[in-house]
Amino acid sequence: MELTKEQCREIIAKRVAKEFNEGDVITLGIGLPTEVANYIPHNLHVIFQSENGLLGVGHRDLSADGSSKVTNAGGIAVTTKPGAAFFDSLTSFTMIRGGHVDATVLGALQVDEQGNLANWIIPGKFVPGMGGAMDLVVGAKRVIIAMEHTNKGEPRIVKRCTLPLTAAGEVDLIVTERAVIEVTSQGLLLKEINPLFSLDEVIASTGAHLIVPDSLQNLVA
Amino acid sequence: MKKIISLAEAGRLITDSSSIMVGGFLRCGTPARLIDEILKNTAGNLTLIANDTCVPEHDRGKLIVNKRVKKVIAAHIGTNPETGKQFNAGELEVELVPMGTLVERIRAGGAGLGGVLTPTGIGTTVAENKKVVEIDGRKFLFEKPLKADFALIYGTKADKFGNVFLSGTTRNFNTVMATAAETVIVEPEELCDEPLHPDEITIPGIFVDYVAV
Repeated sequence: MELTKEQCREIIAKRVAKEFNEGDVITLGIGLPTEVANYIPHNLHVIFQSENGLLGVGHRDLSADGSSKVTNAGGIAVTTKPGAAFFDSLTSFTMIRGGHVDATVLGALQVDEQGNLANWIIPGKFVPGMGGAMDLVVGAKRVIIAMEHTNKGEPRIVKRCTLPLTAAGEVDLIVTERAVIEVTSQGLLLKEINPLFSLDEVIASTGAHLIVPDSLQNLVA
Repeated sequence: MKKIISLAEAGRLITDSSSIMVGGFLRCGTPARLIDEILKNTAGNLTLIANDTCVPEHDRGKLIVNKRVKKVIAAHIGTNPETGKQFNAGELEVELVPMGTLVERIRAGGAGLGGVLTPTGIGTTVAENKKVVEIDGRKFLFEKPLKADFALIYGTKADKFGNVFLSGTTRNFNTVMATAAETVIVEPEELCDEPLHPDEITIPGIFVDYVAV
């Protein structure tokens, strides 16, 4: 089964959006994780925290120009929700590192069996920097990785990360277009599988051992 | 009263090999006109301490493009491909610091503290050659304070006492950087004749040396 990049992203963002509880404070990473905000169920009230200094992120502010004084961490002008607050980077990372954020959703280059995450550098090739990711994965109560299952066929879920780590043992859940996988003390537990893919296809495209339970659920985006 | 100077005078204060902290998160809340003044002069070999190196076309991003910087200390350089290019070519030294660690190191520098203990970076390359301290069974990384010769700060409004008000998400690194440099220069969008109301002050004037207009 071949899905387009857009189809993959939509499945992943929609599925991640079902992971939250009423009142959760959530910090989304740049890129695919940002799209999660578009699919939060209408009857669920969550608060988005933006690491640049905003609690209560609203929608993209289409009326603003490049000099907007209210932006998200991607530099995009946004509106604020009722109850929103502005603060500086010190307060922002007090929230993040101090355990006041319920969940963070981030992308990944690699995740491994022990919940280790690599998402900030490919030495010599791609050096964007870690930004706030290292603080987020250490401080958020729940770390959800939202990523395409493979990088052009190359598994992103591996036995041991070979790229420099963002943090050790902090990942809780991995959501891809093919599967939902929980990181447990026993290893990677396959919770849900997208019915567009066979179990063999999912296992073959994963570079780590998957524990397959009898009660495997369908991934419903 | 603080010294009110012109942007051009402020730009000339920055000399060769200075270390400069520059407030801003990408293009939001950054002293863009002060950077333009630095570019009109010859100061080079700068150490730039900032959240990010912005984009090539704007403010501190232009310092990188114009090769005025010898070392960058930042959390993120991905939005300015020129930073990565110069780094990979060995022309630019880059120290990548987790964002929460960067802000706390600057805070320590400004607050007279000897450093910070943070769990961020444990088990990663960030921890290389750094002291690990165990407190109540949890590991923390010791990170040193960070100071600079100059802090270039954006202000939405400022008064003649150097008090600054910051609107929206322009606060970011401006508040903490204003505490951690030898000389602090604020570039306000508006310099008010009347003092700001004490309730609306984001950065108290005690930290500010010059208001540049």
